Amino acid sequence: MCIKQVPDTMEVRIDPETNRIIREGVPSIVNPHDFYAMEAGLRLKEKYGGTALVCSMGPPQAESALREALSLGFDQAFLLSDRGFAGSDTLATSYTLSCLVRKLMPVDIVICGREAMDGSTGQVGPELSENLGWPFFSGVSEIKEIVNSRLKVRRIMEDHYEEIEGPIPAVMTVVKEIAEPRLPSLRNILKAKKAEITLINKGELDGEDLRFGSSGSPTWVVKVWTPEVHKKGMVLEGEPIEIAQKLYQELKRQNVL
Amino acid sequence: MKITVDKGKCTGCSLCVKACPFNAIKLENELAVIDLDLCNYCGACVEECPSEAIVVERDAPAEGVKDLSSYQDLWVFAEQRAGKLAHVSFELLNEGRKLVSSLGQKLCAVYIGPPGGNTEELLRRGAEKVYAVLDDSLLHFQDDIFTDILVYLVRRYKPAILLAGATCIGRSFIPRTAARLRTGLTADCTGLEIDPETKLLKQTRPTFGGNLMATILCEKHRPQMSTVRPRIFDEAPATSVVDKSRVTEISLSEIRFNNRLNLLEMIPGTEEIDLTDADIIVSGGRGLGKPEGFALIKELADALGGVVGSSRAAVDAGWISYAHQVGQTGKTVKPKIYIACGISGAIQHLAGMSTSDVIVAINKDSAAPIFGSANYSLVGDLYEIIPALLKIIRG
Repeated sequence: MCIKQVPDTMEVRIDPETNRIIREGVPSIVNPHDFYAMEAGLRLKEKYGGTALVCSMGPPQAESALREALSLGFDQAFLLSDRGFAGSDTLATSYTLSCLVRKLMPVDIVICGREAMDGSTGQVGPELSENLGWPFFSGVSEIKEIVNSRLKVRRIMEDHYEEIEGPIPAVMTVVKEIAEPRLPSLRNILKAKKAEITLINKGELDGEDLRFGSSGSPTWVVKVWTPEVHKKGMVLEGEPIEIAQKLYQELKRQNVL
Repeated sequence: MKITVDKGKCTGCSLCVKACPFNAIKLENELAVIDLDLCNYCGACVEECPSEAIVVERDAPAEGVKDLSSYQDLWVFAEQRAGKLAHVSFELLNEGRKLVSSLGQKLCAVYIGPPGGNTEELLRRGAEKVYAVLDDSLLHFQDDIFTDILVYLVRRYKPAILLAGATCIGRSFIPRTAARLRTGLTADCTGLEIDPETKLLKQTRPTFGGNLMATILCEKHRPQMSTVRPRIFDEAPATSVVDKSRVTEISLSEIRFNNRLNLLEMIPGTEEIDLTDADIIVSGGRGLGKPEGFALIKELADALGGVVGSSRAAVDAGWISYAHQVGQTGKTVKPKIYIACGISGAIQHLAGMSTSDVIVAINKDSAAPIFGSANYSLVGDLYEIIPALLKIIRG
């Protein structure tokens, strides 16, 4: 399972006067979508046996996200952390993760959340599958079965679901519907506190140096700004019936109704 | 990647501290100090710094494309679902036309699907050229085959830019295509522009949960690839010009593909709602106060011939299903009228509906952020205003 520590972007507010982000008190959390990935992984372990590993890539403090994962019942945790990973876009990130998966082989299934709450690209999962050369199952809402090294899932599309099947090893991304994430048990919380998290740096990965970090990243951010969302609108106040009447006239006048 | 503060130039003005979205800069002894574990190298501080004291040095991307000029034209991946072209294909053609006009290159569509009238429809919608792989077996999207085909076409015809819809299909195989080509891909773009000097594609997208906008470049790799949110741009109008000689057909038998996945069954969705194509959407949020509030929302939607939307808060509360959710983690919509009832207007919600033609907001709280984005701000109790509105509509 690949997870990410993100700032809780639901807690971010914009200062209306300066149009700037108010960052104070925004906690770092485990990306909410990743709990579904972790739950799917733990259930597979419970059903089919094997070992459940969890990994993340980020600064040293992302260790706390992995401890939280361990408290849910994972066997081992790995943190990819190196200044040389700085500036990674999704291609470099997925490449780095693929190097870790190769190091940990044999691995049967890699599960990622649908997207991260901060960047929201949803690209690392599919790009990881390509870097591994493995099949990719997107938007999985139900894992049906794994039989004879073949995986059968239901996945969500715009207006329908599909049942697809293919060989493992494979990479999948999962959506909310897959399962309700569990809460950590007290025993596991205590265990996770003391558990060892394996730190892995660039030198420990068997990869091409130029494919890590910013040198392995074709894209780069040239500008970041706070969006202007304000419009000059018309305020309608008064008795409900007056407000309703006024709105109706306005919409008629604008030819939208 | 390196970020440094020139201590000689830093005046300790703290503007960078405020500008940093990641809380990575502190003042120590009246000088800016950057915590590299928190820094995302986004450059927000560099732009803000009045004394040019902060410098971001980026290692050049390693293996780019050697001959950039051999990559020409803008391609739109023309998505089809069960043989029907998706609206987003026309939206991309419309936006693509504007981009190629400042590039002096061709606007092309790439179509993978069953034979029929779709290639002609793409010409009518403004494509100057259509690359088509036509086969009845391509009626339904299949991850491996579509990736193999698109990679093959890009390698053979070398487009400078490739745009696709940020749909379930696009989000599934476009990243794989980009990774196999080892080029950059920017997800979920809401703005595209050609830089007048460098002729590079400037790709703008919401990030940080919709709280920030970022502009992204792919300088040395080709094609420059983006997925684009549906319903952000208008559709290209249909013309009557059709020159069938502009369709280049590539036979599926020429392309080597390795299909590992089997599509066993297609199951229709349980909800018959199509938010993204609706002209009128009436949405409810936590301000409804109770799940039954959606009955009133539905009544108004029905009276107006619209559909029911929702904020994330109402979905999370279990009042309505996810299919109705509008916003950053839900659907992006662009109806003629969007009526937000009891929705406070978190930025994540605004990200999904702010390009609607007319936005009406009903909220008790006159300070609700939604009013900042509304054309009509109705301050009052939705349980009084909506019934009044229904009465008028029904005459």
